[in-house]
Amino acid sequence: MTQSETPPPPGGTKRRDLLTTATVTLGCAGACALAVPFLNSLKNSAATTLSDRTLEVDLSSLAPGQDMTVQWQDWPIFIQRRTPQMLAALQTPGHIATLRDADSKMLQQPKDATNWHRSVRADYGVLVGICTHLGCVPSFEKPGSAPEAEGGYFCPCHGSHFDAAGRVAQRAPAPYNLPVPPVTFLSDTKIRIGHSAGDPGFSMSDIQQI
Amino acid sequence: MPIPEKTPGWLERRLPVMSVLRREYIAFPMPRNLNALWSFGAFLIVTMAAMIASGLFLAINYTPDITQAFASVEAIDRQIPSGWFLRSLHMGGVTMLFACLYIHIARSLWYGSYKAPRELLWLTGLGLMLMVMVTAFAGYVLPWGQMSYWGATVVLNAVHTIPLIGKPVSELLLGGETLGNTALHRLFVLHFTMAFAILAVIALHVAALHVVKPNNPSGIDPVSPKQTLPFHPYYTSRDGFALCLFLMVYAGLVFFLPDLLTLADNYVQANPLVTPRDIRPEWYFAPFYAILRAVPSRLGGLLLAVGSLAVLFALPSLDRSPTRPATRRPLVRLSLPLAFVSFILLGIAGMHPPTETWLIVSRVAMAWWFIHFLVVMPLVSEREITS
Repeated sequence: MTQSETPPPPGGTKRRDLLTTATVTLGCAGACALAVPFLNSLKNSAATTLSDRTLEVDLSSLAPGQDMTVQWQDWPIFIQRRTPQMLAALQTPGHIATLRDADSKMLQQPKDATNWHRSVRADYGVLVGICTHLGCVPSFEKPGSAPEAEGGYFCPCHGSHFDAAGRVAQRAPAPYNLPVPPVTFLSDTKIRIGHSAGDPGFSMSDIQQI
Repeated sequence: MPIPEKTPGWLERRLPVMSVLRREYIAFPMPRNLNALWSFGAFLIVTMAAMIASGLFLAINYTPDITQAFASVEAIDRQIPSGWFLRSLHMGGVTMLFACLYIHIARSLWYGSYKAPRELLWLTGLGLMLMVMVTAFAGYVLPWGQMSYWGATVVLNAVHTIPLIGKPVSELLLGGETLGNTALHRLFVLHFTMAFAILAVIALHVAALHVVKPNNPSGIDPVSPKQTLPFHPYYTSRDGFALCLFLMVYAGLVFFLPDLLTLADNYVQANPLVTPRDIRPEWYFAPFYAILRAVPSRLGGLLLAVGSLAVLFALPSLDRSPTRPATRRPLVRLSLPLAFVSFILLGIAGMHPPTETWLIVSRVAMAWWFIHFLVVMPLVSEREITS
């Protein structure tokens, strides 16, 4: 063996380690920087703000106990005309005890609907028909039909229940009450959805969750 | 007299594929006592090949646009020559893939195939299961029927509520305010990208298998060549025969019962204003759906549904016993079948409306699933007496 080993210069390996670390670090930083335009291209390019479009709905054809669905901001909006029995059922203490947020403490409605019937006028209910669990559209159960004797909304996806005022039942997986859109009564049988005379500062983008 | 070494040929000197094939697929020593459950890996490979082939040809005729997706799938079914066959093969293939996956995993649980030295085999396998789940979800959205739409809505909203990573991930998939064109296009790309990623992970899974060698029903690795058989012709012919039986079931599903496992609502075009009354997941997602429904808390339901899979990933560290097969562990022999029954019960519950009875069944079954993996396995592996 005639191979002669020249001893590394003092601090040589250290310098090589430093160079390796610096190269790897810079390489990683460069790769991350390069990833930015790729990820940018996936961003939502459409306008994300809610339009301030309002919708006027004529309620003259809605009989007590009936409900209808209209479309506002791409959301299904449930409008129901409540019977005195439905209103009485909403106030039963036994029923209120089964609710998650009976007093509408969560910001899911304008101020003028933060009441026991969660609407501007007790005889009409207006709700955004999107389940707060995972976003399906619940269906209206008429009073007397199972499983909620007092009528309400039932979500077919994971069995969440809401009462006629859109208040969520405790035993359901949905965490919040159904949202209430801003509503103004123009006359006894005509409403404007999208603006609240009782709470002009209210915006749907402020609520807890659609 | 020693056989003279053959001089390696032209190809062999440059790329030794033939000798590798000979070593890994002809002379490869297999335990002689493998039972029929060891054929399901081969079934999975064949089904995956059928999925990729049919998927490529379906993609040629499919249009990822919300105004045309539904019609293009209908055209595949009704106008494209043999299109009905390709689609039926692809849809039936999902069922065969998941059925084989679940049996393959149950086999590994029963015979302790997740234990040293096969932990990476187990983890790559579970990774493959997750990837197949993501791919199946993305693929199910593509026909843009009612079930596609509402299934995607529920899953994307569920992802959205996961703390920290949920929001960016769901926004990445959605690409807009509502589930629409951007999301459909992205899920289409995700669907076939994942399919090829699965192929790569299968390669890792099989490579790991060839390093650690297959487990066997006795749980004791063969030590002498007398305890093994060469892969060819013994297991090639046996897997070949098993494949014939498997393909008969698959063909039965494709040709005679193409609608057995599809839901009529998915032949109605997506309508963002109406959720179908009778909404159900596909059978292979039913156990996790049942958990989501049985827990009266959104985050809780999600965590438990994800947790039911996470316990499988943690299993190599939860079960410290060196004894592999449940057949030689008296307590596991009782507890594990109950966990299998729980999984099946959850699946059945997930296919039924959420009445009180089914909710109770789901909760009990879910509880046992977690008790088995988180309580029974660690305790038993500490103090059991194995036979």
